[in-house]
Amino acid sequence: MPGVINMDELTDVDKAKMERDQKKIEVKLERWLTSKCCTEFMEAVQAGVEDDTLVKGIAEDKNPFKELKGGCVVC
Amino acid sequence: MGEMDTLKKEADGLKTQIETARKAVNDTTMAAVASGVAAAPRIQLKNRKTLKGHLAKIYGLHWSADNRHMVSASQDGKLLIWDTYTGNKVYAVPLKSSWVMSCSMAPSGNLVASGGLDNMCTIVNIKAASPKTIRELDAHEGYLSHSRFLNDSEILTASGDTTCCLWDLETGKQKVVYKSHVGDCMCLAMSPDQNTFISGACDSSAKLWDIRDGGCKQTFIGHTSDINAIAFFPSGTAIITGSDDCTLKMYDLRADQEVNGYQDAALNAGVTSVSLSSSGRLVFAGYDNFNCNIWDSLKAEKVGVLSGHDNRVSCIGVPDDGLGICTGSWDSFLKIWN
Repeated sequence: MPGVINMDELTDVDKAKMERDQKKIEVKLERWLTSKCCTEFMEAVQAGVEDDTLVKGIAEDKNPFKELKGGCVVC
Repeated sequence: MGEMDTLKKEADGLKTQIETARKAVNDTTMAAVASGVAAAPRIQLKNRKTLKGHLAKIYGLHWSADNRHMVSASQDGKLLIWDTYTGNKVYAVPLKSSWVMSCSMAPSGNLVASGGLDNMCTIVNIKAASPKTIRELDAHEGYLSHSRFLNDSEILTASGDTTCCLWDLETGKQKVVYKSHVGDCMCLAMSPDQNTFISGACDSSAKLWDIRDGGCKQTFIGHTSDINAIAFFPSGTAIITGSDDCTLKMYDLRADQEVNGYQDAALNAGVTSVSLSSSGRLVFAGYDNFNCNIWDSLKAEKVGVLSGHDNRVSCIGVPDDGLGICTGSWDSFLKIWN
C-alpha cells in the first residue's frame, strides 16, 4: 500500500528524515516564470467570464432557483 | 552534531534553496498582469431560496453533479438531501454520531459520505429502498474533516490525525495514505483531471499530492494559521486557500508560489470556506463574522458581499454548471443565491 506509515511508531528522527526527504524531492521542481503563469491564468479566466452566470447574471425565465409562485405550468 | 541537528540543518538548507528558486522566477505579480483587465462589476446576488429543515449548526454541504440536488450535514445528527429547484427535502439520513464535520456526494448521486468526531467516514446508499449504510471507513486516528468521492468505488478523506487517505469502497480498506503534514488536515480538493489533489492543514501549509502513488509533489507556505478551505481553479493550474489568518491566497502550481493575496485590514475574521464561480473570476469566501465576501480573483478586490445569515458561514459551494451558489451556516439555514 503506497505511503502507509504507522504514525505511532514514528520517532522524532523519523519525522525529521521524512521532512528532509520531502524537501529533497521539492527542491528539484522546475518552476515557471510568474509572468508566464499569471498571463496564462488570466487568459483562461477571461475566456470563461462571458459564460459565467455569477458574473453576468441570469434571466428570470432561465433561473432554475427562482421563487416558485403558485399555479401550474402546462407544457 | 546529533542526528536531529544534522537532519534539521539539511532540511533548512533545502528550504532556503527552494525559496531562492521561487524568487528567481518571480518576475511579476498577478496584480500587475491583470492591471489592464476591466474591473469585475459590483456583484449583487439575490437570495433566491432559503432551505429550512436542519435544527442545529450546519457544518457541510456538497452539490450533486446533476447541479440540482445537494447534501447538507448538521450537528442535529442528520444529512439532508435537497432538490434545490423546489426547495424540498428528498432524503433524510440519520447519523449514528451527531458530531459531523463534513459530507459529500458521489458523482453518480448514489452515495453520500459523512464523518466527524467519530473518526469515521460513513458511506450511505441513498438510492436503496431506504438509505442504507454500506461502509464505515474506520482507520483514521483523528476526526474526519473532509471527504470527496472519485467514483462509487473510491473516496478521499482528510483527518485531524494529519493524514489524508484514499479508500477502496469494495473492501472498506485504505489504498493509499498521504503523510507529510504536521498539523490536522482540514480540507481537500481534487484536480479537474483527478490525477492529483490538494490538502490544507493546521500547519499553515497546503500540499499537492499524486493520488495514485501517494507522494507529496509540492508544499505551499505563507499562511500564518490553519488553512480551513481549499479549491482548485477551473484551469487546474492554480489553487486558492482560506485561513484562520483572515486571508485567502492564490498559489500557482507551475510557479510553485503565492501569486495573489486577498485580505483587508478591516477584516479580522477567519476564513471558513471557499468556492469559485465557473470561470474562476469570482472567489466566494465564508468568514467567521457571518458574511460571505466576493473577491475578484485577478485584481484581488472585494466586489460584493452575501449577507443574510445570523451566524458563521461554515460551508459554501457552486454547482458544476455555475448557475448559483449555496451558503450553509451555523444558523441552521442554507441559502441559494444568484
